[in-house]
Amino acid sequence: MEAVERVYREEFGRVVASLVRRFGDIDVAEDAAGEALLVALERWPVDGVPPNPGAWLTTTAARRAIDRLRRESHRDAKHQAALMITDDTAHESTGPVEDDRLRMVFTCCHPALAPEARVALTLRLLGGLTVAEVAQAFLVPETTMAQRITRAKRKIAGAGIPFRVPSAADLPARLDAVLAVVYLVFNEGYLATSGTAVRDDLTGEAIRLGRLLHRLLPEEPEVTGLLALMLLTEARRPARLDADGTLVALPEQDRGLWSRELVAEGHALVRACLALDRPGRYQVLAAIGAVHTDASTAADVDWSQVAALYGQLAALDPSPVVELNRAVAIAELDGPAVALARVEALAGPLASYHPFHAVRADLLRRLGRPAEARAAYDAALALVDNPAEERWLARRRDGLDPRRPGEER
Amino acid sequence: MPQYFLAVNHDEAGAAEMAEMTMEQMQPIFEAVSAFNDELQEQGAWVFAGGLQDHAATTVVDATGDAPVVTDGPFSESKEYLGGFWIIEAADLDAALAWAAKGSKACAGKVEVRPFQAEPEA
Repeated sequence: MEAVERVYREEFGRVVASLVRRFGDIDVAEDAAGEALLVALERWPVDGVPPNPGAWLTTTAARRAIDRLRRESHRDAKHQAALMITDDTAHESTGPVEDDRLRMVFTCCHPALAPEARVALTLRLLGGLTVAEVAQAFLVPETTMAQRITRAKRKIAGAGIPFRVPSAADLPARLDAVLAVVYLVFNEGYLATSGTAVRDDLTGEAIRLGRLLHRLLPEEPEVTGLLALMLLTEARRPARLDADGTLVALPEQDRGLWSRELVAEGHALVRACLALDRPGRYQVLAAIGAVHTDASTAADVDWSQVAALYGQLAALDPSPVVELNRAVAIAELDGPAVALARVEALAGPLASYHPFHAVRADLLRRLGRPAEARAAYDAALALVDNPAEERWLARRRDGLDPRRPGEER
Repeated sequence: MPQYFLAVNHDEAGAAEMAEMTMEQMQPIFEAVSAFNDELQEQGAWVFAGGLQDHAATTVVDATGDAPVVTDGPFSESKEYLGGFWIIEAADLDAALAWAAKGSKACAGKVEVRPFQAEPEA
């Protein structure tokens, strides 16, 4: 039973995408894929899992879809016509692999859909999560999520959002939207905005989508960069929380707990994408992750390289958050006073961003200004929702010693 | 082929700004819109287009009761009102959005893209 569901989940995106191309209707494809699961649950435990479960599920689902469309003769002529269609979509060159799932991801992440709908559709149709699971992932009631997904599917059909890989000219912009969805799912899992500390179901799903995109678009350096970034972040997960679930900051993490396999895979991917010499945001973030995971101790981190990479990132994708992270690296190079001046300049745009207050607090602590550091930790604590981060910040704040001058510099 | 409604909305502020513009300032916009219309026709995407008079020229007719009632002014007091539109044929939303981008550039305003309910029988 569990094995069947695992295979099904793995194959779901492929089955639905293939049926959408054939029948031109997401609802028909989704329902038929669901019926194919019921058949599989009945047959596989008896007959065994077929050698090509994806093809088996697609064939079974397609038969169900045809049966249904024949039965429902009152449905409009378009569906009837679809029965005759095998593949009428123009084949555009998408590199060596032509995969319906690639068309599907561009449909799900179309800019004409609301961002939260893109995420929901991608997880549902490509990731094979149930509507209930998607709802749970984003902490909204199932009915709300069901409505969101239904509305998005209606817009795809009604407005004529195509089931197609965008032209080469549009690809970079459209790919950005796809990568943003995957990264958002990953971040929601890695640093859940509320509730539990880490949602490994979501990080796992994001990495699975990232691997799929990388297989489908191996020559797109940002796709490789995003996968590398996620793997290098995920590699550190075992060291990220201590025994009582408190966040452990990067310098204090036990590097022996990091996943060596993921670090090695991430490093190889970083090298591969940088070799293509088309730099982008995810590649630079991955390269920063590679510098951190390259050092065998926290003291060995090459901070000048980290600072230089954040400088490159600021040039590619300027934002106050990038400047904040750059200041953290600069604190290691030029000392906390220089960094604090840079951080203070970000007070306007980042006033409600809790890492801003946390970074500021840490710099004030290191400069021997415990009263101000305490106030800054309090400001961070007032904004944070994640319990592991909250405990970490509280521990930092409570460790401040008002009588002792700065412990560093 | 599906048809799309490309709407250009105006508001009071925008209308006032336009009223201030000289003919010389308007000329490049007229020319750009005219070139866009030509392109729509050449590519076979053109169905219809038009610019509307100011919304003060609107009259509402309500014949849902026993006798038609005619009143002055737009039906709703919304901030935005339809200023002009194109109706085009496009294979899918991406094609319609590409036309809308060109139209927006030409008329120097935002364009709202809405699909028509059903594709007309060929």
